[in-house]
Amino acid sequence: MFVTSAYAQTAPAASETPAAPAGEVHTETGVAHGGEHESAGFPPFDSSHFASQLLWLAITFGLFYLVIQKVIMPRVGGIIEDRKGRIAGDLEEASRLKAEADAAVETYEKELAAARSKANGIAEAARNDAKAKAAADRTAIEAELAAKLAAAEARIGEIKTKAFAEVGAIAEDTATAIVDQLIGGKATGDDIKAAVAAAKTGA
Amino acid sequence: MANDPIHQFHINTIVPIEIGGIDFSFTNASLFMVATVAIAAGFLYFSTSQRSLIPGRAQSVAEMSYEFVANMLREGAGSHGMKFFPLVFSLFMFILTANLIGMFPYFFTVTSQIIVTFALSILVVGLVVVYGFAKHGFRFLKLFVPSGVPGVLMPLVVSIEVISFIARPISLSVRLFANMLAGHITLKVFAGFVTSLGALGALGIGTAILPLIMTVALTGLEFLVAFLQAYVFAVLTCMYLNDALHPDGH
Repeated sequence: MFVTSAYAQTAPAASETPAAPAGEVHTETGVAHGGEHESAGFPPFDSSHFASQLLWLAITFGLFYLVIQKVIMPRVGGIIEDRKGRIAGDLEEASRLKAEADAAVETYEKELAAARSKANGIAEAARNDAKAKAAADRTAIEAELAAKLAAAEARIGEIKTKAFAEVGAIAEDTATAIVDQLIGGKATGDDIKAAVAAAKTGA
Repeated sequence: MANDPIHQFHINTIVPIEIGGIDFSFTNASLFMVATVAIAAGFLYFSTSQRSLIPGRAQSVAEMSYEFVANMLREGAGSHGMKFFPLVFSLFMFILTANLIGMFPYFFTVTSQIIVTFALSILVVGLVVVYGFAKHGFRFLKLFVPSGVPGVLMPLVVSIEVISFIARPISLSVRLFANMLAGHITLKVFAGFVTSLGALGALGIGTAILPLIMTVALTGLEFLVAFLQAYVFAVLTCMYLNDALHPDGH
């Protein structure tokens, strides 16, 4: 063991330096058994325990290696793989859903635009209908009003001519009454008629 | 003895076992190897037993360490290197757990034993050599012959490459061992100053604050080192495995 021999020479020197303060303490505290191990040499280079250490290292590390290889590695590797797969799957699902949502939004907007234009058409038609009906109603009412006006005018004219016609009779009655009052005698109807007609034409 | 900074590295036999005249006793080092493996495996096992899609804290830590090592290996040795993932992950978790357990007072630090770190690095370099020759045959030796080097310099460069390759298990093991050893000794020495100065009376207690601050700071540093050395060991393992996988692709 070339390592051991090389380091064994420096070992006593190394162990003496830190041992110096320790020695002082022992004398002060009165602990008598200092330095009994120093005589056995530096423990890590004491070859009497090498075989035991190698055997137990082989047993423990070999077991540890087997546990790592058979149990820990598949398990931890599996957990990490599962997580990666799950994350990738979730991302894929998310992008698929996003595409679906985008398509839905697109159809929705298309349908909305169609509905809006349809609504506009309906409103336009309704407006035109209403306008036409209003115009028709107005002409009908105007015609009716014109007819009523014409009838009223005709009746006024009739009443006027009738009134004019009755003016002579009224004048005759009035004149008869006036004459009666003035002269106290009865004026004949024919004279008064003649006088009224003369007054009418004279006026 | 309580202040002996080397005492913490002593190996004490718990259950004496001897096979064919060789001492295979179950020691405190063996006990802490078992504890390291039990804690690391138990943590990884129970933290992931829920298999939650959304991980809790413990499961997050387990997954983070898994992905940390997986990325390290993929970057260091390419996707072909993933067949060594169980080994690199085991090494990283074993060393990290052993280092962190060693941070508890009175606990034994498995990775402060040169034979343990050397065995682990020999495992790595041995695997590189065996796999390299098995996969590429003698083309594996191209590892020592960098392309684009002038012919005159070739013998020098090749010998440097060979020496650096041989030095790998040593540097890999000594780096981890020496870091853990030195850190624990330093902590122990400064902590020892606190108690020995504290025994000197009022003035001593006043000055003991300085090594106390140092001990607290060093404890933080040692936690960093505990993680860093496990990371360095794992990264270098990845780089060496890359040599075995792609010997001509420097």
